[in-house]
Amino acid sequence: MFLINCPFCGEREQSEFKAGGEAHIVRPKQPTELSDDQWAEYLFMRKNIKGIQFERWNHIHGCRKWFNMVRDTSNDEIKAVYKMGEKPPVK
Amino acid sequence: MTKNLRVKSSKLVDETYRISFKFNGTTYYGFKGDTLASALLANNIHLVGRSFKYHRPRGIMTAGSEEPNAIVQLHNGTSRTEPNVRATEIEIYEGLVATSQNCWPSVKFDIGGINNFLSPLLPAGFYYKTFMWPASFWEKYEYFIRKSAGLGKSPDVPDPDIYEHKYIHCDVLVIGAGISGLIAAKTAAKSGFKTLLVEEKSYLGGSTIYQDSEFFKINNQNSASWLEKEINEVKKIENLEIKTRTSVAAFHGYNFLLARENLTDHLPLEQRENKTRQRLLKIRAKKVITATGSIERPLIFDNNDRPGILLSSAIKKYADLFGVACGEKNILFTNNDSVYETAISLIQKGIKVQAIIDNREEIDSKLIKETEKNNIKIYKGYTIVDTFGYKRINSVSIMKLSKDGQKVIGSKENISCDSLGISGGWTPAVHLFTQSGGKLKFRDDDQVFIPNTYPSNQMSIGSCNGDFTLDEILINTPKLLKEFLNIKKTEYENIEIYSAFNKSKRNIWLLPSNKIVGKTKSFVDFQNDATAKDIKLALREGFRSIEHVKRYTTTGMGTDQGKLGNMHALGIISETASSKMGELGTTTFRPPYTPLTFGTIVGRNVGKYFDIIRKTPIHEWHFENKAEFENVGQWKRAWYYPQNGENMHEAVQRESKAARDSAGILDASTLGKIDIQGTDASEFLNRVYTNAWSKLEIGKCRYGLMLNEDGMVYDDGVTTRLDENHYIMTTTTGGAATVLGKLEDYLQTEWPELDVYLTSVTDHYATISVCGPNSKKIIQKVIPEIDLSDKDFPHMSFKNSKIGKVKCRVMRISFTGEQSYEINIQANYAKSVWENCMEAGKEFNITPYGTETMHLLRAEKGFIIAGQDTDATMTPIDLQMDWIVSKKKFDFIGKRSLYRSDTIREDRKQLVGLITDNPEEILEEGAQIVADMNKTPIEMLGHVTSSYFSPNLKKSIALGVVKGGKNMMGQKLIIPMEKKQINVTVTDPVFLDKENKRLNA
Repeated sequence: MFLINCPFCGEREQSEFKAGGEAHIVRPKQPTELSDDQWAEYLFMRKNIKGIQFERWNHIHGCRKWFNMVRDTSNDEIKAVYKMGEKPPVK
Repeated sequence: MTKNLRVKSSKLVDETYRISFKFNGTTYYGFKGDTLASALLANNIHLVGRSFKYHRPRGIMTAGSEEPNAIVQLHNGTSRTEPNVRATEIEIYEGLVATSQNCWPSVKFDIGGINNFLSPLLPAGFYYKTFMWPASFWEKYEYFIRKSAGLGKSPDVPDPDIYEHKYIHCDVLVIGAGISGLIAAKTAAKSGFKTLLVEEKSYLGGSTIYQDSEFFKINNQNSASWLEKEINEVKKIENLEIKTRTSVAAFHGYNFLLARENLTDHLPLEQRENKTRQRLLKIRAKKVITATGSIERPLIFDNNDRPGILLSSAIKKYADLFGVACGEKNILFTNNDSVYETAISLIQKGIKVQAIIDNREEIDSKLIKETEKNNIKIYKGYTIVDTFGYKRINSVSIMKLSKDGQKVIGSKENISCDSLGISGGWTPAVHLFTQSGGKLKFRDDDQVFIPNTYPSNQMSIGSCNGDFTLDEILINTPKLLKEFLNIKKTEYENIEIYSAFNKSKRNIWLLPSNKIVGKTKSFVDFQNDATAKDIKLALREGFRSIEHVKRYTTTGMGTDQGKLGNMHALGIISETASSKMGELGTTTFRPPYTPLTFGTIVGRNVGKYFDIIRKTPIHEWHFENKAEFENVGQWKRAWYYPQNGENMHEAVQRESKAARDSAGILDASTLGKIDIQGTDASEFLNRVYTNAWSKLEIGKCRYGLMLNEDGMVYDDGVTTRLDENHYIMTTTTGGAATVLGKLEDYLQTEWPELDVYLTSVTDHYATISVCGPNSKKIIQKVIPEIDLSDKDFPHMSFKNSKIGKVKCRVMRISFTGEQSYEINIQANYAKSVWENCMEAGKEFNITPYGTETMHLLRAEKGFIIAGQDTDATMTPIDLQMDWIVSKKKFDFIGKRSLYRSDTIREDRKQLVGLITDNPEEILEEGAQIVADMNKTPIEMLGHVTSSYFSPNLKKSIALGVVKGGKNMMGQKLIIPMEKKQINVTVTDPVFLDKENKRLNA
C-alpha cells in the first residue's frame, strides 16, 4: 500500500485516496467544433504505460483536493506529487 | 503399546505441567510448551494424515510453519473448529481436540488410499485431460470432483471469537528473532530507533538457542548460552517492542506489512472468553530488516514421503528443544554437514543413530570426525533408492552413486530404521522479500536464490540472505547493519567465533534410482502429491514456464505453498530442460506467507459492524410504527408500513391510494443535499446540468439532469435557488457522494477559475415530504404563518419559514405528481416536526408511505429513477426527455456526446410505457422484451425496468427500455416468461394525469 504525500496534508495511507486516471488531459474548450474522432480521442483514449506515468489522485477521505502524481508503474515508485495547474517537476 | 519417547527435559517444555489432549478420539498427554507435533511424537505417533491425491499415509515432517503433512482439524463439529492447522505450530492446551484430515473412515484405514494403487491412471493434469469431454457432462463430473476437493472442513456456525486490527508505526521492524534478528533489533534499538521485533514462534533465539555443543562457540561460550544472555539484554531495552507468536503474512510496497499476532490459541479454551484471539497488525515501518532464516530442503528419492521421514533439522529440534526422540533407530541422509549436528545432538541425548548416508564421496569436518568417533557408520557417496513400511518407515535401500551422480551402481543394501532424517541443504526464506517486490539472484556455489535488489528501505540479514553458518552471520550482519542504519559501530566488532560446520554440499535435485523415473514416487510437493515424474511429464507435454508447470502439476499449491519442494521442482525442470537455474526464475511468492483465518482479516467488521448503517433522524418513528426497512446504499429506508397483517402488496396499494386520495407523508431525508455557494454558482449549474439555470429566479426550484461526459444520464434531482449566489442541490440517495465527487473534480481540475464552493449537507437537514390533495391544509396547520396560496407559493417554488422558533425551508416540489410540499429542517428537530405533521394530518387520514409506494407513485407519472430505469447507456433522448436538453447552451458536461454517431442512432434502447393485455398481470422487473417468437435466435429488444399494479389506475403498469421504442407506440410486444408469454402494448411512459392537473388540485 502506497504512502502518498498529499501536497496539502502530507504523508497519508493510500486508503485515504482515490485514483483518477491519467493526468494532463484537458477538456476541450469548444467540444462542439470537434469531429467524432477528436471527441472520442478525448473521451476514451488513455495511456497505459509501463514506466513513468502521470496520474490524477484525490485525497477523498482527507482534504478532498485533487492533485497530480508521477509514478513509475513498473515498481510503484512515486517520483513526485504536485498541485493541479502546476507543471510536472520531473519528466 | 504407546512408548514414551521423552528423553530429556528442556527449557521450552515444563515437565511439571502435564496437559491432556485428544487426537483422533484417543487421549494423550504432553507437557506445557509442547506443540501438538512434539506431543504426538513423544507418544510415538507419526501417522497424522493422508495426502491430498493418493491418500498416502503421511507423518510429521518438520517442526515449523513450513509443514506440508501434519495439518489437522481442531475441535471438529464445534463453532471453534478450524481446518488446516499445522500440528507443528499449535501449542497444546488442556482440552485440545484434533483430528486427521482427508481420510475416511480413519487415518489408519482410509478408503481413498485406493488412489495410491490407481496412481498410474492419475498422472499430472488427469482432471484436465479426463473431464474435457463430452463437454455437456461437466456438470455431472463437477459434483464428484468438488466432493473430493479441498482439505478439512470449514465451520458452519459463526466464529465465536473476537479479532481486531491494530496499526503500528515504527522506525525499524525486524522480522524473525533468530540470532541475526536479535542482533539487528538490539543494534537498532540501542541506536535510538523505535524498533519492533516480531517472531512467529513462542520463544526467541531461532535455531541457535538450542545449538548447545562445543562445536559452535561465540566468545568462548556455547552459542546457545551466548545468545541467551543477549536475549536477556534485549528484553530490557525500552524502545524495543517484542511480539512473539506473530507471523508476518504480507510485505507490501512502501514498507507496509500485515502480521498476525496470536494471543489466545495456546490457552485452554475456558481462559479465552472475552479475549481477543488474533490481531491483524498493520505495520508501516521506516526501515524493515528481514531475518526470516532458512528452511531445510528435503531430498527427492523414491518413496520419500513415509511417516517417520522428517527433515534432519526437525529431528534435532524435537530432541534439543522438546526432549523428544523421533525414533529409536534413526538413519540420517544428507548432501551436506547439517545432519552431523543432528547426529551429535542425538548422541548427547542417548538416542541411537543407526547410520548416516551421505551423497558426498569426500567429506572432512570436525563434526564428521566426532560422529565417526561414536561408531556411527557413514555411507559416503551413497544414496537411498527406496524406503519401506506403509504407516511408518521400517527400512531403507541404499546404493552407491556414480561419480557424476547421475545413476546408481553396485548392489543394493537394506538398513532397518524407525525414523529417517533428511537434509538437502538450506533454502533462504526469501518469500517476504520477493512479496515486497525484491528481485533475487541465483548463487551457483550452493544453488540458492538470495536477495539482490531491494525495492524499498529494507535489508535481509542472516540465513535468509544466504549467510548460513555462525561465522558468516556474525561477520556479515554487523557490517550490513552499520550501512543500513547509518551507524558507526556495533557491539559485535571483535567477536570470536568458532564453527565446526563445513559448507561443502553435493546438490542433486532428483536422486538417481535403480528404477526408471516412471516407476518411482519421488515426492516434490508432499501435500499435493506432485512427484518428479509429474514434473517430467509436464515438460514432455510441452510446458516450459515454471508458472505453467506449477499449475499443471499443482506443485507448490497446497496450504504450505511449497515451502519445502519448490526449489526441487525448479531444479528438476532446469535439469530436464537443460536450462540454467537462475534464468528460469521462480514462481511468484504471494501473501499470505502462512494461512490467515478469515476472522483475522475481517477483525471487528462483522455482523452489524460489517458496514456503516445510516439512519434518518426520523428512523425511530418508523421503527416504532412497524415499518419494514429497505437498504439503499448504507441507508435504512422505510420500505412500507404494514397494518393488520398486510403483506407488502396490500400495504403499498393502501398507501398509494391514500397519497392520491387525501394525503401521504414520506421521509425523504436520505436524498443527497449539496449546498452550492459563490458568484459563479449559476454558471457552474449551467455547465453540469443539461438545462439552463441562469434565469432561474430566487425562490424557484428546477429539476435537472446530470450527464457523464459520454452523454449518459448520471443523476437527477431538484435544485433550488435560495439567493443570488446560493443554491441547494438534491441528488439521488445512492448518488450523493459520487455526485459531490464529480462536481469537485470539475471544479478543481477543469474550471478552477469558477468561484464556487460545495458542501455536503445531507446529514444536516431532514426532509419531510407531504403530498396529496389535502397536503396544503396539513402544512398550513403545521406552519400557520406561511402563505400557501397557489399565487404566492406556486409549484416549483420555495420559501423560508419557521416552525415555532426553528427555521425551515419549504419547497413545493413533487415526485408523485400530486400537490406536494417538502419541509427541510435541521435534523435534530425532524422527528417532532414529523409528529406534528402526523397530528395535523390525522383528520385527513394522512398515511405514511415508504420507498415502495414512492416508486409506484412516480411510475404512474412516468418519472424515472436514475439507476433503475437508467443504466450507464441511456441518454436523455433515449429517456424521451429531449425537453430538458438545452439547445441554446454552448456547452455542458456530456453535450458533445449527444450527437456522436452512436448516440443518434434511431434504434437505441428507449424508455417506453408497457401496458399488459391482462390488466391484472404484473410484469417482472428485468424480464426480457421481444417482438417475434419465431425468429431464431429470438431478438431481445429490451427489458422491463419498473413494474407495479397501480391502485389509482386499477391496472398493471410498467416502464421498460425497447430498441427503437419511441416509434413503436401502440405496437404489441411479448414478454416471454418461463411458463408463459405475456402480451403488452407499447405506450407513452406517463400513465396518469398527463396534463399535470393534480399538481394544483
